[in-house]
Amino acid sequence: MATHRRPLSPHLQVYRPQLTSVLSILHRATGIVLSIGTLLLVYWLAAIALGPETHATAQNILGSWFGLLLLFLWSWALFYHLSNGIRHLFWDAGQGFELSTAYQSGYAVVVSSLVLTVLAWVLAFST
Amino acid sequence: MSLRTPLARARGLGSAKEGVQHWWAQRVTAVALIPLSVWFVVSLLAVAGADYPTVVAWVGSPVNTALLVILLFSVFYHALLGLQVVIEDYIHTEWLKHTVLISVHFALILLGVIAIVSVVRIAFIAVLSTGV
Repeated sequence: MATHRRPLSPHLQVYRPQLTSVLSILHRATGIVLSIGTLLLVYWLAAIALGPETHATAQNILGSWFGLLLLFLWSWALFYHLSNGIRHLFWDAGQGFELSTAYQSGYAVVVSSLVLTVLAWVLAFST
Repeated sequence: MSLRTPLARARGLGSAKEGVQHWWAQRVTAVALIPLSVWFVVSLLAVAGADYPTVVAWVGSPVNTALLVILLFSVFYHALLGLQVVIEDYIHTEWLKHTVLISVHFALILLGVIAIVSVVRIAFIAVLSTGV
């Protein structure tokens, strides 16, 4: 089938970004980031399985500034996808479709993802 | 109004012949991952920086081994279903779509199996080192 470059609905370029639409696309973006982030998880587990030397190497790499930066982004993506995922499950159950409710739950997701990320890293460095 | 009987609708399971299986599996793994991911992150805070014997003992404790295997299965299944939808939504060139879909399937299954085999192997190391 020939592919023609026809304009595709919903013409995203004519819309001003809104909280709801930005959070929606962020759910996908963080889902993709977390899928790629599983590489870190698999690397960590495989390094432990292979023995103390590979584990020590993994600890050095993950504990470097670049490793910590990746882990920080991974943790925010996880907490965002978790919080917004719960919001999606309420929608799947038919709850929370009122516009005002959708905005309130949206702000709640932003706040909870940031608070949980900061909390996790404060705990990580205080123990 | 549809002229199809409820039985015909249930028998056919739609054009993909799988009904709501994909959608439902995405939600079931999502629900499972809520407590599992919180448990995992909280545990990581305690063991991520620990020495080798401590990490091995944590992974190798029977409850943790079981929860890790369930977590990893759910994570990779959930990621597979999610990425499949994203690929189907955005890639409209048939040969490219199927190439990417199959590649992503292979990659995630490979990663998932490596992860689960690693956890099982660490559990064996834990048993050998404690002589249980």
